[in-house]
Amino acid sequence: MTTYLIRRLATILPTLVFVTMLIFGLQQLLPGDPAVVLAGEEQDPQVIAYLRERMHLDEPLPLRYLYWVGGVLQGDLGESVRSQQPVLELVLQKLPVTLELALLAMLIAMVIGIPAGIVSAVKQGTAWDLGANAFALWGLSTPNFWLGILMILLFSVELGWLPASGYVSPWEDPVANLKAMAMPAFVLGTNISAVLMRHTRSAMLQVMSADYVRTARAKGLSQRVVILRHALRNALTPVITLGALELGTLLSGAVLTEQVFTIPGFGKLIVDAVFNRDYAVVQGVVLVTGTAYILLNLLADIAYILVNPRLRS
Amino acid sequence: MNAGPAGPWRRALRKLSRRKPALFGLAVVVFFVLLAVLAPWLSPYDPIATSWSAIRKPPSAEHWFGTDEIGRDVLARVVWGTRASLAAGLVSVAISVAIGVPIGLAAGFIGGFTDGLISRITDAFLACPFLILAIAMAAFLGPSLTNAMIAIGVSATPIFVRLTRAQVINIKVEDYVEAARALGNPPWRIAVRHVLPNVVAPLIVQTTLAIAAAIIAEASLSFLGLGQQPPAPSWGSMLNTAKNYMDQAPWMAIWPGMAIFVLVLAFNLLGDGLRDALDPRRG
Repeated sequence: MTTYLIRRLATILPTLVFVTMLIFGLQQLLPGDPAVVLAGEEQDPQVIAYLRERMHLDEPLPLRYLYWVGGVLQGDLGESVRSQQPVLELVLQKLPVTLELALLAMLIAMVIGIPAGIVSAVKQGTAWDLGANAFALWGLSTPNFWLGILMILLFSVELGWLPASGYVSPWEDPVANLKAMAMPAFVLGTNISAVLMRHTRSAMLQVMSADYVRTARAKGLSQRVVILRHALRNALTPVITLGALELGTLLSGAVLTEQVFTIPGFGKLIVDAVFNRDYAVVQGVVLVTGTAYILLNLLADIAYILVNPRLRS
Repeated sequence: MNAGPAGPWRRALRKLSRRKPALFGLAVVVFFVLLAVLAPWLSPYDPIATSWSAIRKPPSAEHWFGTDEIGRDVLARVVWGTRASLAAGLVSVAISVAIGVPIGLAAGFIGGFTDGLISRITDAFLACPFLILAIAMAAFLGPSLTNAMIAIGVSATPIFVRLTRAQVINIKVEDYVEAARALGNPPWRIAVRHVLPNVVAPLIVQTTLAIAAAIIAEASLSFLGLGQQPPAPSWGSMLNTAKNYMDQAPWMAIWPGMAIFVLVLAFNLLGDGLRDALDPRRG
């Protein structure tokens, strides 16, 4: 286990270095002089000179990268041109909102996706299986921002049950918070639930034909006990670890969902930054999501080994 | 000589022709392609012509899908919008394949340090969520349909690198590759003539599914204002405008979204069918 961890960490470090290079490289896509572009419409010569100095634009590219990455290692992701706030501070401010949305969406995805996958596998070839597969295909093909718009049309405009937009902190008013988050979380969870359904179905089908499940059946155990205690327990391990890797889909989806429902989270931060030409914020958001994804990937791998005794040795 | 290699493909085609959902998907894709090509003749109105006397009119015999906030015909815009969506799907995936397949082939075939380096760079790209990376790239490149296609294509490249690499690693140890090596063929010839043709099947499946993802990604970028720029029609930007008129003109949101859903569903059905047809383990 220790050897595995050391080997795994050894592969993470170069990946992290390449992530920083990729994000730093984004800056090079800017047409023309970055300081002039970043200075905005006013083109104040003082601001341009300040940016030129701050970004070390007179230095060669590799050295600029080292300056930038040195700052990142000390928690300096730059400063927002628009709000003059440190990028890290902005990201940390918005992160809890997106995390709440992502957790609720994942919960909804698990509640829908895992039972649908079980039913689909257990009743393979029946109308249930067909229905669950149709649901998965629908979930994967529906753009979540369109689903969001349709839900607003139905539940806010027509029925008036839920608020169409806005966010209330759970510490202020938990009920209002849940009302505001219900539609966005469902919209974001639909896509993941389709993925989870497919993973659960294929894992269950594999496990159901295993010897220990056949033995459990031969012992005369009921179908419910065989499925829940023997098959599901083993099938869920890869499903949960694969589910953890859906973080990328969740965060990508959150950008659009937050835009549709006007939720002041991480996704809205990057979109607003794009339109304000606040490039340091764009880079900061990509850097934080990339790093979070790599670390979550590592945790998922470790969890997979911890719950699977055969891999531990 | 020709009967041999044609065999598996003919079998796959036969299997595909027996899968109704996949055939339905193919028919829908063909329908949208025709719609895009014949848009100038099929569209009932000019997609950018405004009419102040027809602002936000509900669907009627004159305007089947209704009109938008400045009196443009929604059906005409949906028909013309097919061009942006299909172009984005095809061009961005072509970019991904053109960059990803040779790099994956090199990584898998050469192995060692080259493989390690390419794999770590691929991991770095994959660590950044697809759409977030595409948004960031589109932001730095500037908002336009061309830049959106580049951003989507580059962001989706690592998937093709990884898929090709994995297939090549399995294939390069096969007997026929060893035989080609023993006959003195140079490495590039073995890679291109003997290895590459055998990774085509999974690549076709991935390409079909990637087109579906790229269409959603283009619609997403246009929805955020980073893709096709107004007044040119695009399904994503139509939805972006429609969001502001939901209580007054819900039809503005329904049709472009439905078009995205149906086209993406068609590519997904076709991709699933191709996966089943090209997998020799499935009957």
